[in-house]
Amino acid sequence: MSAIVLAVAKAPPTYQRVAVIAIAVLVLALVVELVRRRRLMERYALLWLLAASGLFVLGVWQGLLTTLATDVGIRSAPNALFALGFAFVVALLLSLTLVISRLSDQNKQLAQRLALLANRLEELEREPPEP
Amino acid sequence: MSRYLAIVPALNEAGSIAQIVSEILLHAEEFDVLVVDDGSDDDTAAIAAAAGARVLSMPFNVGIGGAVQCGYLYARDNGYTVAVQVDGDGQHDPRDIRRLLAALAEDPPVEMATGSRFLGAQDGYRPSRPRRAGIRVFASLVSLITGQPVTDATSGFRMSARRGIELFARDYPPDYPEVEAILLLHAHRLRVREVAVTMRARTSGRSAIAGGVQPYYMAKVLFAVFVGLLRRRPALERDES
Repeated sequence: MSAIVLAVAKAPPTYQRVAVIAIAVLVLALVVELVRRRRLMERYALLWLLAASGLFVLGVWQGLLTTLATDVGIRSAPNALFALGFAFVVALLLSLTLVISRLSDQNKQLAQRLALLANRLEELEREPPEP
Repeated sequence: MSRYLAIVPALNEAGSIAQIVSEILLHAEEFDVLVVDDGSDDDTAAIAAAAGARVLSMPFNVGIGGAVQCGYLYARDNGYTVAVQVDGDGQHDPRDIRRLLAALAEDPPVEMATGSRFLGAQDGYRPSRPRRAGIRVFASLVSLITGQPVTDATSGFRMSARRGIELFARDYPPDYPEVEAILLLHAHRLRVREVAVTMRARTSGRSAIAGGVQPYYMAKVLFAVFVGLLRRRPALERDES
């Protein structure tokens, strides 16, 4: 028990890396599985795949996050990670509202078409065409 | 041949729809009446049909804009040359329909005639003070943008000729459509004329813009007007000559 604690304390970056890579792989696997079961459409899976891949790269490529953070002037690397995560969530939300807008417009058009067709059908049933 | 249609959007107006339908048939008998039932829970559709109206039943509530647009789609597909919108809650007096029709044909002919509460003698129904303030803001804004005086930009009582019908069938704001509809016509270089009408207090139902919704209404319409100005003018009427 104490040996494990010691090992983690000695080499936290490695432990974190393993955790990050594991999470990335899990998310990737989950997305692929959802697509496989047709619960998630490919086109909406892309953003998630992108995020999981990004996480994977950050986990494998040690120092990338620190380099990126320093380049844009963020002192602590975790903050850069938060900023990235936040940007991803915002992008995902925007794409979702885009999808909802399109769906409600199509939904409206379907309802209108249905109402017009139902009215037409009723009219036709009321006055059958001359033989 | 001229064919006239009165589009009556209605949501849970079982108490007043029969009266409106028969009033339109009485005071504007050259008009066919089309009630668009926007997913009512009550017997609005059946009562309207029994009163002599054609009825479009939306399968669920699509909102006032979608319901009215469905009426314009019906007018377009069935070759109507004039369509007038009359609210299903009794606010609009069917006796004014013929006056709108006359205004449409006045010289120079216009594509849309709207009934204004604030033109001429002001009697009958008066909106509450905050509501009047909002109405005035939109009237000034629309006057500014269109370059012609508009006293009542939020009136839902309006009549369109064929090109207006075709335009609204294709493109109509999904909610709170009144202000945007005028600007849409302006963007297509179609002319509008106002007619003084008296509006009555509603006999049933409730306003879609009640209570806390008003700030949202203002914000939504202002934003829609702004974005509308940024949109490319969809020049469907290329030749005026």
